[in-house]
Amino acid sequence: MDFATIIELLDSAVRLGTPLLLACLAGLFSERAGIFDIGLEGKMLMAAFFSAAVAAVTGSAWLGLLAGIGGAMSLTLVHGLASITFRGNQLISGVAVNFLASGFTVLIAQSWFQQGGRTPQLSGNARFEPITLPGADAVKDVPVIGQIYDNLLSGHTILVYVAFAMVPLTWWVLFRTRFGLRLRAVGENPESVDTAGVSVIRLRYTAVAITGVLSGLAGTYLATGLAAGFVKEMTAGRGYIALAALIFAKWRPVPALGATMLFGLLEAISNRYPNIDLGVVNLPIQFMQAVPYILTVVILAGFIGKAIPPRAGGQPYVKER
Amino acid sequence: MEKTPKWIDVGLIPLLNLLIAFVISGIVVLLIGENPVQAIKVMIDGALGSPYGWGYTLFYATNFIFTGLAVAVAYHASQFNIGGEGQATLGGLGVALVCLAFPWPHWSIALLAAMIGGALFGAAWAAIPAYLQAKRGSHIVITTIMFNFIGASLLNYMLVNVLRPRGSMDPATARFPKSTYLPTFHDMPLIGQFFGKSVPANISFFIAVLACFLVWGLIWRTRLGYAIRAFGRSESAARYAGISPVKIVMAAMLISGALAGLMAINNVMGTGHRLVLNSVEGAGFIGIAVALMGRNHPFGVFLAALLFGFLYQGGGELALETTIPRELITVIQALVILFTGAFDNMLRAPIESFFVARANAKKEA
Amino acid sequence: MSAADQTNAGRQATAALGAKEAATPAKVPAIELKGISKAFGTVQANKDIAIRVMPGAIHGIIGENGAGKSTLMSILYGFYKADKGEIWIKGKRTQIPDSQAAISAGIGMVFQHFKLVQNFTVLENIILGAEEGALLRPSLAKARKELKRLADEYELNVDPDEKIEELSVGHQQRVEILKALYRQADILILDEPTGVLTPDEADHLFRILDFLRKEGKTIILITHKLREIMEITDTVSVMRRGEMTATVKTSETSPEQLAELMVGRKVLLNVTKTKANPGDTVLEIEDLRVRDEDKVERLKGINLTIRAGEILGIAGVAGNGQSELLEVLGGFANGTGTIRVNGQDLDLTGKHSDGQSRRARGIAHVPEDRHHLGLILDFMAWENMIFGYHSDPAYQKNPLLMDNAGIIAHTASAMERFDVRPPIPTLPAKSFSGGNQQKIVLAREIERDPVLLLVGQPTRGVDIGAIEFIHKRIVELRDQGAAILLVSVELDEIFALSDRIAVMFDGQIMGERLPEDTNEKELGLMMAGVAT
Repeated sequence: MDFATIIELLDSAVRLGTPLLLACLAGLFSERAGIFDIGLEGKMLMAAFFSAAVAAVTGSAWLGLLAGIGGAMSLTLVHGLASITFRGNQLISGVAVNFLASGFTVLIAQSWFQQGGRTPQLSGNARFEPITLPGADAVKDVPVIGQIYDNLLSGHTILVYVAFAMVPLTWWVLFRTRFGLRLRAVGENPESVDTAGVSVIRLRYTAVAITGVLSGLAGTYLATGLAAGFVKEMTAGRGYIALAALIFAKWRPVPALGATMLFGLLEAISNRYPNIDLGVVNLPIQFMQAVPYILTVVILAGFIGKAIPPRAGGQPYVKER
Repeated sequence: MEKTPKWIDVGLIPLLNLLIAFVISGIVVLLIGENPVQAIKVMIDGALGSPYGWGYTLFYATNFIFTGLAVAVAYHASQFNIGGEGQATLGGLGVALVCLAFPWPHWSIALLAAMIGGALFGAAWAAIPAYLQAKRGSHIVITTIMFNFIGASLLNYMLVNVLRPRGSMDPATARFPKSTYLPTFHDMPLIGQFFGKSVPANISFFIAVLACFLVWGLIWRTRLGYAIRAFGRSESAARYAGISPVKIVMAAMLISGALAGLMAINNVMGTGHRLVLNSVEGAGFIGIAVALMGRNHPFGVFLAALLFGFLYQGGGELALETTIPRELITVIQALVILFTGAFDNMLRAPIESFFVARANAKKEA
Repeated sequence: MSAADQTNAGRQATAALGAKEAATPAKVPAIELKGISKAFGTVQANKDIAIRVMPGAIHGIIGENGAGKSTLMSILYGFYKADKGEIWIKGKRTQIPDSQAAISAGIGMVFQHFKLVQNFTVLENIILGAEEGALLRPSLAKARKELKRLADEYELNVDPDEKIEELSVGHQQRVEILKALYRQADILILDEPTGVLTPDEADHLFRILDFLRKEGKTIILITHKLREIMEITDTVSVMRRGEMTATVKTSETSPEQLAELMVGRKVLLNVTKTKANPGDTVLEIEDLRVRDEDKVERLKGINLTIRAGEILGIAGVAGNGQSELLEVLGGFANGTGTIRVNGQDLDLTGKHSDGQSRRARGIAHVPEDRHHLGLILDFMAWENMIFGYHSDPAYQKNPLLMDNAGIIAHTASAMERFDVRPPIPTLPAKSFSGGNQQKIVLAREIERDPVLLLVGQPTRGVDIGAIEFIHKRIVELRDQGAAILLVSVELDEIFALSDRIAVMFDGQIMGERLPEDTNEKELGLMMAGVAT
């Protein structure tokens, strides 16, 4: 494997890891606030459809982005109502959200475009185009550093850079601001927030709204950056992989970057090399695809470092005493 | 302690929730520019209007009975088994291995063996999440989701690399020997004359009905069922009574996985006659809606499975006859889960407080 | 003295106290409650409560579990809205719709179960909800300085950068107090603050409270421990069954008087029983120790014996280890030490330390908490009638199926014998009244002819008619030769039933007495830990 191939693989990992990263950070805000979210998949799918649909109609990727966020937000509202206002089962609500998105997107897509549940192919301004970083062309022949700059760092869409910027930003919000402190507190012990005179309900709704925005970005990137349009079920389990990455990262933003890029790399590798011969064993592609899930189970089982979710996660808050 | 009457709890509220789900679905149909009344007509005609329709409706219902029972049994032990999809997938593998292993002399023997194979594989796929939940507190919802994906990958590997016949490009097993084909409704005495040759409903339907009775007996007539229900209602009281949490979680989940795995006798052995990728087609997830709708009672599960069988077959017809895609069914399914599950308190809280207030007023009067 | 008399006495005492203070008009009460009432459904948790506390005073509120103390404090902190009544803070009528309002009014609350975020540092917990601006850094810096000042002033030392989960319970409580002081509370409410503390920690807490009093802070101390009231408070109110039965100056009362006011007397309990005729020793407990989840020792070396045909009553204020004693005997808590039943050791840990094994040894258990332990409220009466004994082959129709019809018939006759009303086996347990629920549990446990019966709070939440019936049945079982361990916080019940009385305090047996050789006064002192 030469250097150029490695760069290509990493570049591919970044592209494939970006939607995972955005979705993972989306889940992080919700779960850190004590609302379990297995509906990331559905929110991404909804965003993918609405972004592609609006981009196709208006020819503007930016309007598509707004629509994508709106789509994810509508499902966030459903999940928020179920988990916060009606104190329902957050897991059941998440399952419902996923099916809702799965059915609804195809239904509307067929009604609007009559192309068998897909949107028209996007091109031009309807897609987020790769951005060439300044000087990338000039240095592309410089060995190693130039190659890295030109092929790996440069040439991604704006959403990729946004996703990476979201990592330090999330960290900063979570650990350096008043909002972050309260958000983490409400996921650990909502009573502590309530007795301090802060509204648990408002905090949690704010958190799931951020989840809506970020999963909207994730879905929009899928349909208008990574691909050129919406096809049905195009998230293909990425919402669940993002969930796995979130657990793997133990609900922390910087490790979330590592986990999602690792899973992105795994996908890149299995796309490029269907079978990996390690001499002793032959790793089939199916194994590579299952690795994120297997790792998550191992982490959950507590065999390598225990993943402890936010303590109040999954439980509706009922004022007591 | 005042409580609402039982008919409100198990009758009125679920029906109202279902009604809301259907009304919203109707609005969705309107939104995409179709006529909801017309749509319902097409669905009823397609699913219930002919023996052919019934044959499909009951075929789908059979799948959903198994997966619905699977969710229900786990739920009685307060475990949310979201892994029915993976357990049914593995069940398919078990059934296929049994069918291909041996030139079975008669379908009945093959069926018995296949049931054991399917149930064992399904139970095995539930066993690891169950063990991790019982012993290490790993959240069973997340682990069963993960096992759905791992199961899909495993099946993919088995079909592509191990079970695919030489020379075939299809990721599927070889055809099962003819001697393992199960009698369909067409082949049965008395009812056979009504059903055409192509009807997929088969003897598995009756096994599913039998499973309803057995699950009912298990939950309400045996010691184990008693312990499962006690544990599910109150873990602290179960500890007082000396009921072991580990044993109950394991037992309930193994039975749940076995039921999901049994589904494969219908879709793999009953009609497919070979194992293909994604033969489960989401039935594991529909089991969640079925169990919620049926209030985790086998009879309720049976009715809800019929309803979803109807929706599935009707939805298929809808896609053929109109421009409404069959994904409408997924939307209805989602709304049913949403309203009977997650939004349950929306109606329940006001209705219950109404009845409590009325009971109190009566008392004072 | 009847309950009504006591209430009147209490009112007079309150009035007298008020009159005295009215003479010095310069002083406005820091906090005054007028006619506070609160009901939950049909349960009257607070009934016409009135208190006034002067600034710079420590006011105790004493009463048993369930007397309504916590409800009252929750109203004061904006968790509940009172049905009726007024709250006056520093002479101003104040509405407290939520915690925010309570904080603005200068009320700080230290809850029994701390409201801290376990994986946050002390500093982060302190500023939570009281941050200075959108960014944390300035708030943290300010809090760090303020914390140092408070630590110097009140001996409230804690490392500001330590995580809560690393702190001892005593230090966690200091963080709660610091939280309130940081928010500039001048009225501090502490709910059962010493329940989780070691004696040393409790002494330290009292020193802190004393400092705070000298600084002019007003403190309300809720507790059920007489010793604490006597030690630290200036005035004390007694609550019983949602009512305030008396308010007195601490210097003018005595532990005995308070104990009497607190426990109260029910309608005279009439239990006709002959003198016990004890046989062989059934239960022997040696050096029994139990630790809870937080590794706090709840039983600190218990030694007890009970003989056949004898009722041993365990008296004590709730929360002194009685529950743990029942749990370990009943097989659902682990312990160390020795327990022998009829000369044979019981497993205190491991596989055979469970309810099934205990029942197999002839130990029956009427638990303290019938809602969470003794019954499954959604289960029907007949299902509850076999709860814990459901593996008994007698309840099987065949090896596979349970004999539901047989169990229902058995339940119907047991309900008849125990006068459970309505005698309908298919009614869910939650539909029965407290007394009838308890009779179901009692029928189940007594009719197994146990060699040892554990009974916890047999008549809690039970109507008077049922109390008499339940007592009679317990004595009958004794006369049939069973050994009985009775735990009750009702002294009357202890006196009425026991052949011997052991008093528990702080996880230890303070001493044993024969009912005919002792009185409530002596037991009260033992229960308060001031006598052995």
